[in-house]
Amino acid sequence: MRLRQEGGSISVLMLGWEFPPFISGGLGTACYGLTKALDEVGIRVTFILPRMVESEYTTHVKILTPSSRASSKYYQIGKLRNVKFRTIESALQPYSTPEIYQQRLEEHLRQKRMIRSGRVSATNQLVGGLDYSGDMYNEVRRYAAIAAELAEDEQFDIVHAHDWMTYPAGVAVAATSGKPLVVHVHSTEFDRSGEHVNQVIYDVEREGMNEADRVIAVSHFTRSIIISRYGIGGDKVDVVYNGVERNGGWPLAKTGISKDEKIVLFLGRITMQKGPEYFLQAAKKVLEVVDNVKFVMAGSGDMMYRSIEMAAELGIGQKVLFTGFLRGEDVQKIYRMADLYVMPSVSEPFGIAPLEALDNNVPVIISKQSGVSEVLKHALKVDFWDVNEIANKVVAVLKYPPLGLTLRSHGNFEVRRLRWKDAAEGCARIYEEMLTAVSS
Amino acid sequence: MGFSEMPSVCFYFQVHQPLRLRHYTVFDNDHQYFDEYKNALICRKVANKCYLPANRLILDLIRRFDGRFKVAYSITGVLLEQLQLYSPEVLSTFDALAETGCVEFLGETYYHSLSFLYSRNEFVEQVNKHVGTVQRLFGQKPRVFRNTELIYNNDLGTLIESTGEFDAIITEGADHILGFRSPNFVYKPKGCKELKFLLKNYALSDDIAFRFSNRHWTEWPLTAEKFARWISNINGNGNVVNLFMDYETFGEHQWEDTGIFNFMRHLPGEVLKHPDNDFKTPSEVIRSYEVIDTVDVPHIISWADTERDLSAWLGNAMQSSAIHELYRLEKTIKQTNDESIISDWRQLQASDHFYYMCTKYFADGDVHKYFNPYDSPYDSYINFMNVLDNLQSRCARQIDGGEFLGLSQNKNPPSMQIVN
Repeated sequence: MRLRQEGGSISVLMLGWEFPPFISGGLGTACYGLTKALDEVGIRVTFILPRMVESEYTTHVKILTPSSRASSKYYQIGKLRNVKFRTIESALQPYSTPEIYQQRLEEHLRQKRMIRSGRVSATNQLVGGLDYSGDMYNEVRRYAAIAAELAEDEQFDIVHAHDWMTYPAGVAVAATSGKPLVVHVHSTEFDRSGEHVNQVIYDVEREGMNEADRVIAVSHFTRSIIISRYGIGGDKVDVVYNGVERNGGWPLAKTGISKDEKIVLFLGRITMQKGPEYFLQAAKKVLEVVDNVKFVMAGSGDMMYRSIEMAAELGIGQKVLFTGFLRGEDVQKIYRMADLYVMPSVSEPFGIAPLEALDNNVPVIISKQSGVSEVLKHALKVDFWDVNEIANKVVAVLKYPPLGLTLRSHGNFEVRRLRWKDAAEGCARIYEEMLTAVSS
Repeated sequence: MGFSEMPSVCFYFQVHQPLRLRHYTVFDNDHQYFDEYKNALICRKVANKCYLPANRLILDLIRRFDGRFKVAYSITGVLLEQLQLYSPEVLSTFDALAETGCVEFLGETYYHSLSFLYSRNEFVEQVNKHVGTVQRLFGQKPRVFRNTELIYNNDLGTLIESTGEFDAIITEGADHILGFRSPNFVYKPKGCKELKFLLKNYALSDDIAFRFSNRHWTEWPLTAEKFARWISNINGNGNVVNLFMDYETFGEHQWEDTGIFNFMRHLPGEVLKHPDNDFKTPSEVIRSYEVIDTVDVPHIISWADTERDLSAWLGNAMQSSAIHELYRLEKTIKQTNDESIISDWRQLQASDHFYYMCTKYFADGDVHKYFNPYDSPYDSYINFMNVLDNLQSRCARQIDGGEFLGLSQNKNPPSMQIVN
């Protein structure tokens, strides 16, 4: 059996959901960081993405619009020499739910109808659809079928699928190509939904992990969920920690905003998983003893309106600011304004944001129920439910300046050791083992 | 001088357990700072694993060798108080040891504090308190001084000599203060007239205290016979081998199953095989041997880590700010004349509280972990500062109309807040 393409370098067909600048959370950041580092260690990657809308953001990255359902065009991003991208037109979005998918789809079809008005009947579009299937699960299957089709004219050694929406595609591509499959678990249904798991999604996840030759977990925290909740044998599950993309170039100059108040930051999707209510309850307690502080919640999500209401109910509405979803430079700006970053996640497979905060010299409080707490020593750690202790630590950082000083200096140093290069090497090692197993 | 003779062996054991703080948040407002449950638990545990069996062993050895085996102890006041409360049987065995006449008790700061570095008055008060306590409990007045963590510089020597209470002082035989000289002699501290200097032989001490159970050590397993031979090798190049270590080496740092008690059981026999050999207490050592040279210690040294400096207690911003805030309160605290306030303040001075805040080896997570009640140095600092903040607010309430400076710019001290 022929193992490698062209002189030893491994080729990977990667299946993802999002990639910068089209990101709504950590998965896109992780895929970008990992792909870039794989490129640097000489692994060739073909990245297949679902994509529906065209870019409305101007960035340094040039993305070409696919002209057909299964685009045959390739495009390059930035300086990634060994990486090429292919997209499948699809309404799939990470961090989505079947309900949101339905909404988005109808919205999209409505737009299309307006464009094609008079030429295509409305009913024809809505029922079944020509390009898009009716619900998210079918869409996941459709993505799988098209990915398998696309893969036929690709040369690769390994199939690498990121999170549940691409697992069926991974399984399909592996089956048609005969190449080994690795699934990369960035989050599980238990992280996103607590105990109220969506059975269909759970089944997709479990099937993907079962079919995979190897499973990569982003932390031991996640690895143990994979073993205990999905019944996967521990011998095929490895931990590869994420890294952090350093922003050395950002000047540390002032933002021009003068502030006499301290800022405590929540940055992430405002969803059950991220524990926004614990952040607000802690804020309430902090405000009992400290006055000159504001709490900023940066992000959007299905609990955003509930959180706004809750802040009002707690009587701290004027002390809590909601910025909505932030992107690019705005994220840097908010970090530079913050005195402290809090991540009270209920269940966090990894959590790249605290590393970015530390990279921006912001000390962090992280929940013990997170993967990142396995790799960060110089962080304050709390149980997400321990509102009293979160408040205690927030007050301490605001009140005793040497604490923030020490956390910043050690944390910033520690973060430099968490590099995507190590994550890429971890993946490369697993690829090697998989290829050895196939050939033997 | 009899350089051809075998050197005397001088054992001194440091015996200490701090009063650990309970989890104390900014929302707490009571005056129960210490974790009685945990302190009792640890005190009893260490008593059973170390103090009781080790005291029994030492007592046996003294009896078996008919007074030819001798040791010295330095027991902190903080531990003596805990033993009285939680494990009085340990005190009776120390008393039995005192009765043998083969055991010397050393003087130190009652609260195992770093007060020498921050307040000479407080330092002297604590030393006096310790000397008085040892005298009351064991019927002997300490004549040899050891400072917390063997911290020393020339100023300490002069200060100790000026009290007129001590004949000798003990510190680390650090390479950079000795140069080419050996720690195995009696020296004189620079700046002192009468005071003598006993220096720890850290190589041989650490063979027992740190390396004993290390299977990667080329000398493992260390037998009593082998160790006695190493002592004999000094023959001709020293009068005394000063083996100074934590008493918790026996049964705690080195668990019983490492063979540490057996090692100690056989060591005196091996050493005393040669009729010229002997064990001496520190006071006997300075009476038996002449001073051979003066040692200059212009900069502060300690027995900690490889740096032999203060960085384990005062190496980061949290540690130095915590200890500065603590000693800044001295005057205010003492003005209250409130015994419980003063005692709480003094218990907070134990060097252990600052050791827990050390970030130096935190990432590697090692030696600093022994009975450390905190998950991280940061938790330790937060807890300490919250307690100190509360202690300060107590003073403010005690002093009528007194000027009061806040710890921070916080406008609402926690004492005035709702307790949750």
